[in-house]
Amino acid sequence: MLKQARRIENNSKLKTKDSKLSMWEYTDKLKEHFFNPHNVGEIEDPDGVGEVGSLACGDALRLTFKLDRNGRIQDAKFKTFGCASAIATSSVLTEMIKGKTLSEAAKVTNRDIADYLGGLPEQKMHCSVMGREALEAAIENYRTGGKKKHELEGNVICTCFGVTDKEIERVIRENDLTTAEQVTNYCKAGGGCGGCHGEIEKIIEKVQGEKAKERPAPLPRRAGKLTNIQKIQMIQQTINEQIRPALRAHGGNIDLIDVEGNKVIVAFRGMCAQCRLTEFTMKDVVEAKLREFVSDDLFVEEDKDSTQEPHNHIG
Amino acid sequence: MAEEVLQEMKPLFCQLYGNPSSMHTFGGQVGRRVRHAREQVAALLGCDPSEIIFTSGGTESDNAAIKGTLAAIPNKRKVITTRVEHPAVLAVCRDLENHGYTVVELGVDKEGRLDPAELEEQIDDDTALVTIMYANNETGVIFPIDKIAKIVADKEVVFHTDAVQAVGKIPLNLAKSNIDLLSLSGHKLHGPKGVGALYVRKGTRIASFMLGGHQEAGRRAGTENVPGIVGLGKACELAAENIHEENQKVKRLRDRLENAILENCPDSRLNGDKKNRLPNTTNISFEYIEGEAILLMLDKYGICASSGSACTSGSLEPSHVLRAMGVPFTAAHGSIRFSLSRYNTEEEVDYTIEIMPQIVNQLRELSPFVVK
Repeated sequence: MLKQARRIENNSKLKTKDSKLSMWEYTDKLKEHFFNPHNVGEIEDPDGVGEVGSLACGDALRLTFKLDRNGRIQDAKFKTFGCASAIATSSVLTEMIKGKTLSEAAKVTNRDIADYLGGLPEQKMHCSVMGREALEAAIENYRTGGKKKHELEGNVICTCFGVTDKEIERVIRENDLTTAEQVTNYCKAGGGCGGCHGEIEKIIEKVQGEKAKERPAPLPRRAGKLTNIQKIQMIQQTINEQIRPALRAHGGNIDLIDVEGNKVIVAFRGMCAQCRLTEFTMKDVVEAKLREFVSDDLFVEEDKDSTQEPHNHIG
Repeated sequence: MAEEVLQEMKPLFCQLYGNPSSMHTFGGQVGRRVRHAREQVAALLGCDPSEIIFTSGGTESDNAAIKGTLAAIPNKRKVITTRVEHPAVLAVCRDLENHGYTVVELGVDKEGRLDPAELEEQIDDDTALVTIMYANNETGVIFPIDKIAKIVADKEVVFHTDAVQAVGKIPLNLAKSNIDLLSLSGHKLHGPKGVGALYVRKGTRIASFMLGGHQEAGRRAGTENVPGIVGLGKACELAAENIHEENQKVKRLRDRLENAILENCPDSRLNGDKKNRLPNTTNISFEYIEGEAILLMLDKYGICASSGSACTSGSLEPSHVLRAMGVPFTAAHGSIRFSLSRYNTEEEVDYTIEIMPQIVNQLRELSPFVVK
């Protein structure tokens, strides 16, 4: 009886290690750290402070630590805004780094944090990445004498969540990711409008090389010469899948009006001044996407008559 | 689900298992039950039984209403809806854009209200369908559907309403309204899951949405989900009997819960038009804390609620309804919805009122955004 029970217990451990947990299937360890988090608060006069995330993003973490005479982390505390797994990962992070030197602490990866909890649901892996980022920011803050605040490195790829190519590359490498969906789970990039999926896929390909090719191609890329019908269908498909989602997220929309030879006539709807996308000329963005996915010869024209409609975007 | 509904359904599994389409006594008995259920649904809606099509639920009804209408009017290419619809409508409409339709999504104001004048302006000769929900599933805000239906009818355009949240809570009399199509779902009125209905006003053209048999007058083929249909019928009968008394009781409980939470939890706010609202729903935002964490805490105390936060929806962005209302991200992430029913008690409400401030304080202790 007892043996059997133990076997079941072992099996359930295996299952959690599998990290294929869905929402609400939190491990007992995670729940324990959520309901009774350790090291909550802020250290007065800390040696290092790390702040990542924001209210708008849905989670944020402020980590503070103090070193002892030997340069080991004597105390670490956190304050977290976020879901249960964000709170639990912050709690275990403080546990894990106590007693470590800074160079030891710097080796902690997001996988280590997730493993310490007995696994995290895939969609929540970004919580473990947030923990690692806060730790790095705090160490950096200490090493620059408290002057330097954490800054984004690289170019922003995901404008919805402000994730850079450097950060995306890193989660791909450290967690051996091969799909855009996984990248979203691990760092949120691509989880808003989805307009950056193409770019994320390119980064995956760059980092993972052949491995990335195991997944099916998302779009039939351009073949040789297209018939008119094929061309129009691919233009419509590219607008539907690559362009409209990004515009939608910023309160806008696009209609394909007509295709005359290589001239693609489109109308924009509902765009407004506070949308970040107006920094670019929309025409250029659409043109670039269509050239990438359909044909280099295409050029875009705006159908002015139908574009100038009143809009009802709520900011 | 109501106990009375279960009792009504029970014999239809093992005793009365005949197929209502069969030409024998056995099938005939079952056919009569289905007919009776259709009458019960029609009585609640104030329509003719022949105007009811049974479906697998609200989502199927919405899909069928929208796609069926457009298929019947192939020359018109515009659909008007709102930004706050249930995904069963919104996702269908957004997919239509990929098939060459123009979709207009009307916005709402801070309290979640529509501007009927804007709707009127948008309806043109190319408009095939207007689909606007009766009451919102997240905030409970009720749209002025009679007025909206009148505007649409005057322009001779088909009007559909997703009334999944409203049926059984708002008295309806479809015979006197201008609504052409209306969706409802069984489990929202203490009926079984996996069954719903679509009301199709006599004379409204809608293409068959399931082919393969003569059931439901050929519009929805497939052997009927008899126990589900009978259960839905009973649930409608109970709703019709209890609607006024129940609404009063539930509204009183809801108001007490809502007022106490808003009073006892600082930095909390009510989402949605306080006046025009379902009696059973309240949607409250708590600043600086996140919805999933609140739900998990509530769950520990045996209280079930839902949230418009990103983490609970499985996506990374908070509720599209709250965002359409211009609720700031900060408050949208910390939004909680309580839905009450006739089965809730005073004690449960008292208990929740007692627990809620504790949970909010506990999570705020953890939040880096709370400045003491």
